[in-house]
Amino acid sequence: MLKIFGSFVLFLYNMVTRTERIRVLWNRFIEEATLIGVNSIFIVGIVSAFIGAVTCIQIAYNLTNPLIPKSTIGYMVREMTILELAPTITSIVLAGKVGSSIAGGLGTMRITEQISALEVMGINSTSYLVLPRILASMFMFPLLVILAMALSILGGYLAGTLSGVMAPQDYIEGIRTDFIPYNIVFALIKAVVFAFLVSGISAYKGYYTEGGALEVGAASTAAVTNSIIAILLADYVLAAVLL
Amino acid sequence: MIEISNLEKSFDGNQVLKGISCTLETGKCNLLLGGSGTGKSVLLSCVVGLMKPDLGSITFDGTVYTNSKVDIRQEIRRKIGMLFQGSALFDSMTVAKNVEFPLQMLTPDMSLEERRDRVEFCLKRVGLENAGNKMPSEISGGMKKRVGIARAIAPNCTYLFCDEPNSGLDPATSIKIDELIAEITHEYNITTAIITHDMNSVVGIGDHIIFLHQGKKLWDGNKEEILNAQVPELREFIFSSSLVRAAKRVEEEDGPQGLEHLAAEPLSEV
Ligand SMILES: Nc1ncnc2c1ncn2[C@@H]1O[C@H](COP(=O)(O)OP(=O)(O)OP(=O)(O)O)[C@@H](O)[C@H]1O
Ligand SMILES: [Mg+2]
Repeated sequence: MLKIFGSFVLFLYNMVTRTERIRVLWNRFIEEATLIGVNSIFIVGIVSAFIGAVTCIQIAYNLTNPLIPKSTIGYMVREMTILELAPTITSIVLAGKVGSSIAGGLGTMRITEQISALEVMGINSTSYLVLPRILASMFMFPLLVILAMALSILGGYLAGTLSGVMAPQDYIEGIRTDFIPYNIVFALIKAVVFAFLVSGISAYKGYYTEGGALEVGAASTAAVTNSIIAILLADYVLAAVLL
Repeated sequence: MIEISNLEKSFDGNQVLKGISCTLETGKCNLLLGGSGTGKSVLLSCVVGLMKPDLGSITFDGTVYTNSKVDIRQEIRRKIGMLFQGSALFDSMTVAKNVEFPLQMLTPDMSLEERRDRVEFCLKRVGLENAGNKMPSEISGGMKKRVGIARAIAPNCTYLFCDEPNSGLDPATSIKIDELIAEITHEYNITTAIITHDMNSVVGIGDHIIFLHQGKKLWDGNKEEILNAQVPELREFIFSSSLVRAAKRVEEEDGPQGLEHLAAEPLSEV
């Protein structure tokens, strides 16, 4: 365990020493960021809208006490999605989407000797291949999380009003009650940390693939499971430290 | 000229290279010949710096490569072109982009136009001037090797390494690839090392042949000498080729023109 952690740190260290020229890295960053954004926007949108909708319906189902105002439902949807569901669920979805594609892509490059080809040219392959992927993830995850927050709240609104459990004004009033801006900051910090974990772990798994196509598949799977575990652990630690 | 001296390399107690010393000569096709699993790829990986040898040294034209500073290694690496066993083309880039890539990375002061010209020149050199816009997945194995060669020579390499350039190709195509490598080697006077277990390559382009067996160098010489070599392992290797055996039979029956005939004529006709 300690040995793996050590080699992971070394891997990250190699990535930031002897980097390529800024221009090259910038172009690679833009490429990767576009890829992550475009490929994930649809799934993140769908998942977060439905999570918002389901959260709203279920809270409404549990809140039968007439003394509690209906607007509480909107308030709770907002709190749950911003603090926990949007950053964490989005990151878990992205662990599946982005993590497996990073591990699979790098693994394939490794077994087909494309990484060796870069090294022979005298290019630092970790800095060229991995650094832009990690930075692009750390840039795109928070943006996707913001999108997820908005769509979850919208999903909740649509579910709540269309199913008739509450009036639109109630929901709007609810989501405007006692808003704490720091929660958004906290969620974005979480997104950046999760992005680093997902992309770093997946890149590490993919980069050190050995063998053939079978091992690339295994590396992808390991990347996703390890990323998800790391996200959940980090989620707990961040909540304990920052809240 | 690349000098390899006393190179040793083991993996978890399994010694693969057992003290190899040899020179790779400039302006010649240096063939690394040997059976499967004798450590040819490991040797080449050590030479280009993808693996670190346990012992021994490698010198590129007088500059020590092993254990030298990062800057010096980097300097040498930029003069190395390599064709990998599976071509190792970047499959997210077109053929032209693949060839342009080392130029873009290694010679940033080159203008866009110069780069385009160089890519066009290299693709033309390997006979692929019309394939520039194709993706690697859309071209055949032989074409991939050609692109690999074009990419290796694009930045004017001084050293060219080819790991089994003709594995998996039909005999006619592999001879063309061999000839292309030989032409480039002689034309630009570069130091070329080629891994092979193909006797066609040996008699075709073997300017300098190094025979490896179980991690040791057993013999070296040129293609004229190899047919008369007296090393039993080498003789077994050469005469396991049925073509060579057939020629040998012809020689025994019809007198001594058989092998020479095989070495000189049919190959250059293809
Ligand atoms: N990364 C590695 N880790 C452990 N053992 C290795 C490694 N690379 C090569 N070997 C071992 O070294 C030996 C020589 O392998 P190498 O790939 O150099 O053979 P080769 O001469 O290139 O054979 P072929 O002609 O089949 O390509 C093999 O027994 C192989 O198992
Ligand atoms: Mg090999």
